[in-house]
Amino acid sequence: MSRLHDVAWLFSCIFLLTAAAPAQEAGPLGLGRPATPDELAAWDIDVRPDGKGLPEGRGDVLTGEELYTELCAACHGDFGEGSGRLPALAGGEGTLTDEFPVKTVGSFWPYLSTVWDYVHRTMPYGNSQSLSDDEVYALTAYILYLNDLVDEDFELSRENLPAIRLPNEGGFIMDDRAETELPAFSAEPCMENCKDRVEITARAGALDVTPGAEEQ
Amino acid sequence: MSGSDGKTGATRRGFLKGALAAGAGAVSAGGAEAAGGDPAITELQPWMREFGPGVDASPYGVPSEHESHVRRRYVEWLRPDTISAVNFTPIHQLDGIITPNGLCFERHHSGVAQIDPARHRLMINGLVERPLVFTMEDLKRFPRENRIYFLECAANSGMEWRGPQLNGCQFTHGMIHNLMYTGIPLSHVLNEAGLKPGAKWLLAEGADAAAMTRSIPLEKALDDCMLAFAMNGEALRPEQGYPLRLVVPGWEGNMWIKWLRRIEVGDRPWHQREETSKYTDLLGDGRTRRFTFEMDAKSVITSPSPQAPITHGPGPTVITGIAWSGRGTIARVDVTLDGGINWQPARLSGPSFDKSMHRFYFEFDWDGRPMLLQSRAIDSTGYVQPTKDALRAVRGVSSGYHNNGIQTWAIDSDGRAENVEIT
Repeated sequence: MSRLHDVAWLFSCIFLLTAAAPAQEAGPLGLGRPATPDELAAWDIDVRPDGKGLPEGRGDVLTGEELYTELCAACHGDFGEGSGRLPALAGGEGTLTDEFPVKTVGSFWPYLSTVWDYVHRTMPYGNSQSLSDDEVYALTAYILYLNDLVDEDFELSRENLPAIRLPNEGGFIMDDRAETELPAFSAEPCMENCKDRVEITARAGALDVTPGAEEQ
Repeated sequence: MSGSDGKTGATRRGFLKGALAAGAGAVSAGGAEAAGGDPAITELQPWMREFGPGVDASPYGVPSEHESHVRRRYVEWLRPDTISAVNFTPIHQLDGIITPNGLCFERHHSGVAQIDPARHRLMINGLVERPLVFTMEDLKRFPRENRIYFLECAANSGMEWRGPQLNGCQFTHGMIHNLMYTGIPLSHVLNEAGLKPGAKWLLAEGADAAAMTRSIPLEKALDDCMLAFAMNGEALRPEQGYPLRLVVPGWEGNMWIKWLRRIEVGDRPWHQREETSKYTDLLGDGRTRRFTFEMDAKSVITSPSPQAPITHGPGPTVITGIAWSGRGTIARVDVTLDGGINWQPARLSGPSFDKSMHRFYFEFDWDGRPMLLQSRAIDSTGYVQPTKDALRAVRGVSSGYHNNGIQTWAIDSDGRAENVEIT
């Protein structure tokens, strides 16, 4: 019995030594396999505000206008004004404190890299990743133009994109709930006689927008 | 009957009308007042005489046909199409803490990706010693864990910022579910690739046509994030990210990337569309909060509620609801019947897990008079769910996301409930 056990142990050691041969290449469990350069190029498509991830390429406003008219205007409107519940891309400057703010690339988005990245990864809607890199530069340039942020002879490229600043970049702050809310919302709550009287101030029934409301 | 929506609706309408009519005063005990007794007892029912279907009639079982009104629902005016859209969990019809897999709300940006798991890969790249590719089979060779977590969309209750809009907790609070996930700690896979110095953030990316992306702090990833391949013991449903979803406990649902295909390691966040243009919180002063990841403590009474009126009239009555917190467990839930003048602690029942849904009950003798029902969650950090007006005082009404304010249902003397706001 103990001899068999020893033999088994010896075999397992040999197996481990063999399996561990390319040790510096593998992680602790040796699971998975190295990603190839072609695989990384195919999937690593993200772009950051500092320009990391942008591919070589360029495109101008007029080229972008042609592409936009063909591929984008049906949903986003001829001038980026949106249509129905499909989002506007331009306009809305100065509306962020209004009762109904209009959040567009020009009025709200903090970084231009986000436009390039998003158009490249998932536009046009229903035909993702069908645009060439130059086409994405051209469309991004045209969206800047629709927001009155560049002239019509502007050309966007890998070189000049990271330096372009959008108007609302400074409008964003880090989550500050830990300071502005948590202390105020952590007091022991009132349990009895917490107010003198109660009145209803608004009713959902007045709007009648609930699906299937006739069933109730 | 199953199937036809129209028929189901008609049946349900009829039922509710009848029940409401009988509701005031006459408490029915199942028709026993009829001369010879309750026909449900005195008459032989078909299921008492005849065989039912044999085993294997339904190799993958489905609910009773009498439950066909229990379904996810969509609000047509909310989104331009069903491809980039949301539907809602029928929380008013559920009990306990676990959400049935087929009833978990859906939020997709390019529809439900139809993925062959044999052709699904997870890539780890960026600031790692070894960029790696895993098959689903590879991932299932890491040590697995089972954990129960709620997932709440940051936009849950988002339609209610400016006032009460939707009459039903399915619509006001139904972008939530609570499931047991089976998967592997994300840290296992990151260790396998080997983090390089300077690694501080991850980018998670989906394989759907939206190629959904979110930046996640490395600290959170190493703390409790999981790569899940099962929900409630079975493979993920396609609409929940089959075959692989990122689990980010207690944090907004949009970060739980479905159909997960890639994790990149970096030294700073990527500021992708879903963390700049969307899922940021515009405040009343025009500034915008970013990276509001944690879900604040919240609760809602699920019954009675507008879709689940009191149909039995005065007498013994059960209030039930759900509560959850992205920062821990729920320590207590208070309930008021009079719009917040007096509160009483509710009774929690069922397991209390970290960052999981909790179930509460409040039993009382209803006198048949109108009520203003509210629930108020208090979590393990001492945070008390605020009123909607307290939230508005800090945030304004345009943030769209993270509305965890106290919900009010007005109950009339017939037991009908309406979504209201009160002083």
